[in-house]
Amino acid sequence: MMLRIRNLESGYDRLKVLRHISIHVSTGEIVTIIGANGAGKTTLLKTIAGLIRSRAGEMLFEKQEITRLSPEKIVFLGCSLVPEGRQVFAPMTVRENLLLGGYVQYRRNKKNEVNVDLERIFGLFPILREREAQLAGTLSGGEQQMLAIGRALMARPKLIMMDEPSMGLAPLIVKDIFSIIKKLRDEGNTVLLVEQNAKAALGIADRGYVLETGRIVLEENAEDLLSNRDVQRAYLGRDLDTETKI
Amino acid sequence: MYWEAERECMDREELKQLQLEQLQATLSRVYMNVPFYRKKFDEMHVDPDECRSLDDLRKLPFTTKNDLRDNYPYGLFAVPLREVVRIHASSGTTGMSTVVGYTRNDIKNWSNLVARVLTAGGVTKDDVVQIAFGYSLFTGGFGLHYGAERIGASVIPISSGNTARQIKIMQDFKTTALVCTPSYALLIADTIQEMGIDINALSLKYGLFGAEPWSEQMRQEIQDKLRIIATDNYGLSEVMGPGVAGECLQRNGLHINEDHFLVEIINPETLEPVAPGEIGELVITTLTKEAFPVIRFRTRDLTRLMPEPCPCGRKTIRMLRVMGRTDDMLIIRGVNVFPSQIENVLMSVEGTEPHYQIVVDRKGALDEVTVMVEVSESIFFDEMKKQHELIETIKKRLASELSISVQVKLVEKKTIERAEGKAKRVIDNRKL
Repeated sequence: MMLRIRNLESGYDRLKVLRHISIHVSTGEIVTIIGANGAGKTTLLKTIAGLIRSRAGEMLFEKQEITRLSPEKIVFLGCSLVPEGRQVFAPMTVRENLLLGGYVQYRRNKKNEVNVDLERIFGLFPILREREAQLAGTLSGGEQQMLAIGRALMARPKLIMMDEPSMGLAPLIVKDIFSIIKKLRDEGNTVLLVEQNAKAALGIADRGYVLETGRIVLEENAEDLLSNRDVQRAYLGRDLDTETKI
Repeated sequence: MYWEAERECMDREELKQLQLEQLQATLSRVYMNVPFYRKKFDEMHVDPDECRSLDDLRKLPFTTKNDLRDNYPYGLFAVPLREVVRIHASSGTTGMSTVVGYTRNDIKNWSNLVARVLTAGGVTKDDVVQIAFGYSLFTGGFGLHYGAERIGASVIPISSGNTARQIKIMQDFKTTALVCTPSYALLIADTIQEMGIDINALSLKYGLFGAEPWSEQMRQEIQDKLRIIATDNYGLSEVMGPGVAGECLQRNGLHINEDHFLVEIINPETLEPVAPGEIGELVITTLTKEAFPVIRFRTRDLTRLMPEPCPCGRKTIRMLRVMGRTDDMLIIRGVNVFPSQIENVLMSVEGTEPHYQIVVDRKGALDEVTVMVEVSESIFFDEMKKQHELIETIKKRLASELSISVQVKLVEKKTIERAEGKAKRVIDNRKL
């Protein structure tokens, strides 16, 4: 098990967002967490990444307790976050953004490998090579998302966490992004994906959790979640009001 | 052979994590969607959010068959009826029936779990499976049917009854696996003998039996008479139906599908957990059921858990074959007696047939037990002395097994009524 979380509680100030979350991610899986706006999805990822301090519960990353570790340390251990809204460094070039992502490898005394990794990212996202010298702020939304993923990959993470990678992107671009995530898994990466686009996320995931008001209410394989009527009603836009009532 | 190796052979630590996740999710759902559970939790001041470990399960209230009856028919459903694709009702062995429902996902999971049990019992896609369980509100027929079909076996949905026709179909269709109750399997075996059919001319290889308690000796008897490998499987409609647990070919305890069912063993009187490995009542919490989840359902079935690893490679915990029901437990002169204990003794005695009935009467203030057992015909032609000897042997063994004395009566073959479904073993004439 790569990530194991038990009874995690987290929130902001006096607001308790996560009540008692228990989830796990096994090596080589895409696990998705779906839920409505405000259910606590982003809070969960931020808490795992160390950006928000948890209030209770335990988080083991590769059997190591990460509950009290700093975000840098967690990235160093191999757990990277692709944040919501990409958060690329707009005034820096594409190349510089990626190199910043490679800082962890540099610190691991693997600076020779940074160039290899850069090549790998350019192989995965050919458009980024074309835009290499361009300022990140001038990229399209889809390109920025690719850059954000590329930047996370530069740290050679064992677990990549992605927060709403499809947000604000055109449907065709969303399709690209999801096929890249699938490709990452097929190459042996492990992904924890938070999405409002439940259909797309469940389409590529192995397993999923449904998060509702700070609690997990369902854990099932992705296929079963897609055919779960509660999920269909709440997240897949199936309109049950128009169906015959009994 | 495994059906879902990644689950059946799952690392125990990983399994426990998964169980905790599913338990918490199930509790959140029943609290939200089932007024009965919400009310019960609130009354007992149990906050489902406070369930933080598998041991915390103990803080939760039990659910009993009576709760199910009180909420007849749909009160405990956790989804609206429009999400339900199937409705079953319990066979009502012990009273009014209870109603259970399944969503499409529930049916899918159920089929998979039965497929696991069938695979563990030797069935593959190449088998011809004759399902002699009733196809009705009872979960046996449809449960096994969907599982066998899921594997890809050729399924004969013959349903129960009409033994001569069962045997004809078995011959003509070249049935390789028989699915029914153990007592019905025995009836089929005896009928085959009577009809003078050569057992070697049949294609039978496996028998998967369940829905009633049976003994090791009875297994031997079925295996010898039908020349098959007979495995035991377990389930109950309140929890899902067949597919909760099943034996592998080791035939030593039933593997529980723990990634879908959380089990406990409690003392039926104190309701406290028994010491590990001790016999008690099986209590089941469903972990994945959508339409009809149950929390700490008291099965009334008596068994014990076998945590030792199984040579078959499955890592799921095993339970001993069900020894009887807490309701079957007879209290005779203050001593707890299970029909299965009596059965074990009878089966170990040479000259008896596996058909018996236990009659309990009260003479004055004293309970009196008479065990009626069928014996081979020859003994009635022998001297009386032999009959007396046999009675004495059985009495002595029963007395040492049960620590009470019982009467024994030998009866001729076929005097005790044969069941096509569940056998009726106990007649309690006491008016308590």
